[in-house]
Amino acid sequence: MSDWSQALSSRPAMDAPGGMATISGNRGLQIEEKLLFEQDSPGHCGVDLPEPPPFGARLGGLERRGPIGLPGLSEPQIVRHFTRLSQKNYAIDSGLYPLGSCTMKHNPRLNEKMARLPGFADLHPLQPEGTVQGALELVDSLAHWLKVLTGMPAVALSPAAGAHGELCGIMAIRAALEARGDRRGRILVPESAHGTNPATASACGYTIESIPANERGRVDLAALQAKLGPDVAALMLTNPNTCGLFEDEIIEIAAAVHRAGAFFYCDGANFNAIVGRVRPAELGIDALHINLHKTFSTPHGGGGPGSGPVALAAELAPHAPLPWIVHGPEGFALVEHPDGPAARSIGRLKGFHGQMGMFIRALAYMMSHGADGLRQVAEDAVLNANYLRVKLADALSVAFPGICMHEVLFDDRFLKDTGVTTLDFAKALIDEGFHPMTMYFPLVVHGALLIEPTETESKAALDQFVGVLRGLAERAQSIKKGAGDAAFFRAAPQFTPRRRLDETGAARKPVLRWRPEAPASTGSADAPRDAGRNRAPSLVDERS
Amino acid sequence: MRYLPLTDTDRREMLAAIGVPSIDALFADVPAAARHRDLLDLPLAMGEIEVERRLAAMAAKNTSAGAAPCFLGGGAYRHHIPAAVDHLIQRGEFLTSYTPYQPELAQGTLQYLFEFQTQVALLTGMEVANASLYDGATACAEAVAMAGRVTRRDKAVLSGGLNPQYRAVCETYARFAGNALAIQDAAPGGGEDLAGLVDADTACVVVQHPDFYGEIRDYSALAEICHKAGALLVVVVTEILSLGAIRPPGEMGADIVAAEGQSFGNALSFGGPYVGLFASREKFVRQMPGRLVGETVDAEGRRGWVLTLSTREQHIRREKATSNICTNAGLCALAFTIHLALLGEAGLTRLARLNHAIAVAAAEKLVAIPGVQLVNRSFFNEFTLRLPRPAAPVVETLAARGILGGIPVSRFYPGRAELDDLLLVAATEMVTPEDIDRFDAGLREVLR
Repeated sequence: MSDWSQALSSRPAMDAPGGMATISGNRGLQIEEKLLFEQDSPGHCGVDLPEPPPFGARLGGLERRGPIGLPGLSEPQIVRHFTRLSQKNYAIDSGLYPLGSCTMKHNPRLNEKMARLPGFADLHPLQPEGTVQGALELVDSLAHWLKVLTGMPAVALSPAAGAHGELCGIMAIRAALEARGDRRGRILVPESAHGTNPATASACGYTIESIPANERGRVDLAALQAKLGPDVAALMLTNPNTCGLFEDEIIEIAAAVHRAGAFFYCDGANFNAIVGRVRPAELGIDALHINLHKTFSTPHGGGGPGSGPVALAAELAPHAPLPWIVHGPEGFALVEHPDGPAARSIGRLKGFHGQMGMFIRALAYMMSHGADGLRQVAEDAVLNANYLRVKLADALSVAFPGICMHEVLFDDRFLKDTGVTTLDFAKALIDEGFHPMTMYFPLVVHGALLIEPTETESKAALDQFVGVLRGLAERAQSIKKGAGDAAFFRAAPQFTPRRRLDETGAARKPVLRWRPEAPASTGSADAPRDAGRNRAPSLVDERS
Repeated sequence: MRYLPLTDTDRREMLAAIGVPSIDALFADVPAAARHRDLLDLPLAMGEIEVERRLAAMAAKNTSAGAAPCFLGGGAYRHHIPAAVDHLIQRGEFLTSYTPYQPELAQGTLQYLFEFQTQVALLTGMEVANASLYDGATACAEAVAMAGRVTRRDKAVLSGGLNPQYRAVCETYARFAGNALAIQDAAPGGGEDLAGLVDADTACVVVQHPDFYGEIRDYSALAEICHKAGALLVVVVTEILSLGAIRPPGEMGADIVAAEGQSFGNALSFGGPYVGLFASREKFVRQMPGRLVGETVDAEGRRGWVLTLSTREQHIRREKATSNICTNAGLCALAFTIHLALLGEAGLTRLARLNHAIAVAAAEKLVAIPGVQLVNRSFFNEFTLRLPRPAAPVVETLAARGILGGIPVSRFYPGRAELDDLLLVAATEMVTPEDIDRFDAGLREVLR
C-alpha cells in the first residue's frame, strides 16, 4: 500500500515548494485528509434513528451474517471530511474553466432551488398520473422549448446523457431503416469526432468508417461523397465541430447523405454556439442530441448526472424511446408500453421517465434567458472565443485560420523546439490558477489545445487569462534562446494538493478500493483499523 | 441578463479587437438560409421572481409523496435524506466541477469516488466497483453486455422476477447489439426454473435480489450451476438498503452486481437523476463499463487518485470501447457516499431493521383485510398483495382520497388479467403507524 500514514504523521513535507516543512504535512489551506475508512470510530453514527418496534423478521432465513465493514463517524466528522475534499477541487465557481467541448459555464443557483421544490423533488415516478400533472406539464414545456429551438417535430427526453442520446438517435435511425426494409451496415464518423460517436455506432451493431478533415478543419466533402453508398446508415457529425468551426458545407453534406438514402445524425454537444440563431432542422439534420449540462447549464457535478434529449425528424419520431407524453382528455398522460401510437418505438432506454431533476434546471435556465437571452448566450460565447483567438494568435499557434465559433483550437507548433509539450504547458496553467484547456483533442491536429471560455466569463477574466497564456508562451519561447528551462514546465503543477500523478503505475497494478491492511504490514500508529472491528449489532441478534 | 457579464461596451470593444463590424460577421460560416434574423417564438427573459412563480405553480399541481401516506417502491424508494447530504453536495467545488480528467485539480472528486467504489464493493460483497453508471436499469443492460464480452457468448437468461423496466432496457440494448435474451414470464411468488435454461450458449443469468415482487431468495445454487456451465450470475438490486439486512450477492456467488443506488442520498425526483451501481469480480475489471478511480502516488510519493484503466473507454478506444458511456452520475454518487458515511455500519443496520419492521407491520395489518392475501413468503421493505379485484382502479380511488397506496403490477404488465389483482406495496422509515392506519382504513373502504 502507500506511505500515507507516514506522510501524515512522521515525515515532514520537506520537498514542499519553498522548502517549508510542516509537522502535520498540511500546507495552510491544503489539508491532508485520510479516507473515511481510516477514520473509523467503531459504533459511531451520524444519523439518529428510532429503535424499531418489536417485529418478527420475514427475511426467509437470508439475514446478513457478518459485518459490512463500513466506518462509523459522527456528523461533524463527516461534514469536515467532505468539506476538506471539496477544497481539493477546482470548479467553475472558483475560476475560468476553459475545457473545450465541455462547456463549463456558470450554473445558476435558482435552478438548484427549483429542482428542490417538494412538488418536484419528492415525487415518486410511479404515482398515478392524476397526481403528477404539474411534472408532466414541466416535461412537456421543456420538450416544447427544445422543439422550437431545434425546429424539429419531436424530442425524446429519456436519454440520461449525451452518449445515451447518441445511442437513442442511432437506434431510431436503425429502426427507421429496418421499417423501410433497408438493412445497412456502416456509419461514417469524422476523424475529429468525440469518442462516444464511434463507440455508440458500434454498440448499435454498425461498423465505423472514418472521414478525414480537409485543410480548413471541416469534413472533406469529396471524401465523404466517395464513402457514401447504399450500405451507409448514417453520418454522425458534430456541428459546430470539435475544431470549433462551423461546417460551412453542411447543406451540401446533408443533401449528399440524404441522396444516399442515409440519415444525418448531429452530435449537439456544441449547440450552445448556435442556440437561438440557427435551427438544426434547417441544416438538414435528422437527429440531434442536446447535452442539457452543456447548452442549458445543468451542473456537471464532477462527472454527471447529465441529460441528453434527442430532437428527431418526422421519419424518426415514431421510433422514439418510451415513455411518451401525450395530451389526453384528462390532461397529460404517459405512454409506457410499445403499443398503440408507440407501437414502433425502439422501447425503453432507462428506468422511469428521464432525468427530471435536470429537466427542471434546464427549463429554469431557458425561462430565465428567454428567446432573447438564449440568442445572446450563443453570441457572447462566440464573441468570447474569437476574442481569445485574436488576442492569442501571435503567441500560440491557431490550428485553422479564420473565424471560430464558441471555442478556439490551437496546435503545438508554438512549442516547437522548446522541449515543452502541450501537457507541460497545460499543467503550468494550473499553477497560475486556471483549469487547463482540453488537451490532445481533437485528434486532427498535433498537440491540440482546445479553449472554450463560454459566455459567462467577463472581459476582465478573459484579459487576465490572455495575459497568463501569453506569459507562459513567452517563457516557453525563451528556452530556445537559452534563457529558460523546460524543467519549469515539466515540474508543474507545484501548488496543488498533489503534483503530477503516476497514471501508468495506477493502470499497471490497479488499486480500485480501500482494503484493511494486515496489522503486521505497518508499524505506524496511524494504520487503518481492521474493518472487522467495526461490529454493529446484526439483524439476527437483535430481532425480537 | 443576470448570467451574462459582458456589457455592450465590452462587446463593441471586443468586436473591434477581432476586426469585424458586427456579431453577425462571426456567424458568416452559417449558410444564409439557416440564419435566423428574428427571435424564435418563445417567451422573453424573466427575472428570478417570475421563474420561481411559474415553476412553483407547476410543482403545486403535483401531490408530493410527503403530502400523502406513500407506499410506492418498484425501484424508487422514499427515504429520509439527512440535511448534511444536500448541503455538502451543493458546495460549488463539487457541484460545478467537471469529470476529474486533471487529477491535480480534482483530488476531492477522485477521493470520494474511490470511497464510493469501496462502499459499493463492501455493501454488495464484491471485489471491485466502478465510479457509477446512469441508473440501475442501464447498469443491468451494461451487465448483460459485459457478461457477453467475458464469456464470448451472446445469450442472457432474464428472470421473471426482474423489474420489468430493467428487462425492457435490456431488450432495447440487446436488440441493437444483436444479443439473444431468454426472458422469463412475470413470476410473482417464484416457481421459475432458471437453472434448466442454462446451456453452452448462455453468457449470464440475471436475477433480482430481493426480486421485483419483494421475495428474497438464495441464489447460491444457481450461481454454481451457472459457473459449471461457464456462465455468469448477474444479480440486480433495486433497493440497495436491503443489503443492510440480507445476504449480499457476493456471498451467493454473483459475478456482476448491477444496482440502483437512489435509496442513499438521492431524492425521488420523479424518477431521476439516480445512480447506477456496478460491481464485479476483480478478474473481470478490464471488461467493465464506466469510469474507475485508482490509487497511485504523485511526484513527491504522496498517495493520490486518478481515473484509471481508461483504455477500456470511448475517449481512448473509440469503437472498441467496452461501452459508449462517458458521463456517469458523479454528484448522485457523492450523495450516496455521504449518506452511507453518515449512517455507517451501525446506522445502516438500524435503518434496514427499521424498514423491515415497518414493512412487516404494514403487511400484517393489510393481510387482515378480508380478501387480501400476501403473495410473498419473505420480503424486506416491499411486498406484493393479491387484492380481491383489479388493483389499478383501487390505487386511483385511494389517490383521490390522498393516499399513495402502492403500484398496480398491471402498470408494468397491461392486459395480463392474471396479474391485474396484484399490488406492490413498499414501506420505508418514512411511513408512520398513522400512515399504515390510513392506508388500511382506505383500502378496507375501497374494497368493501
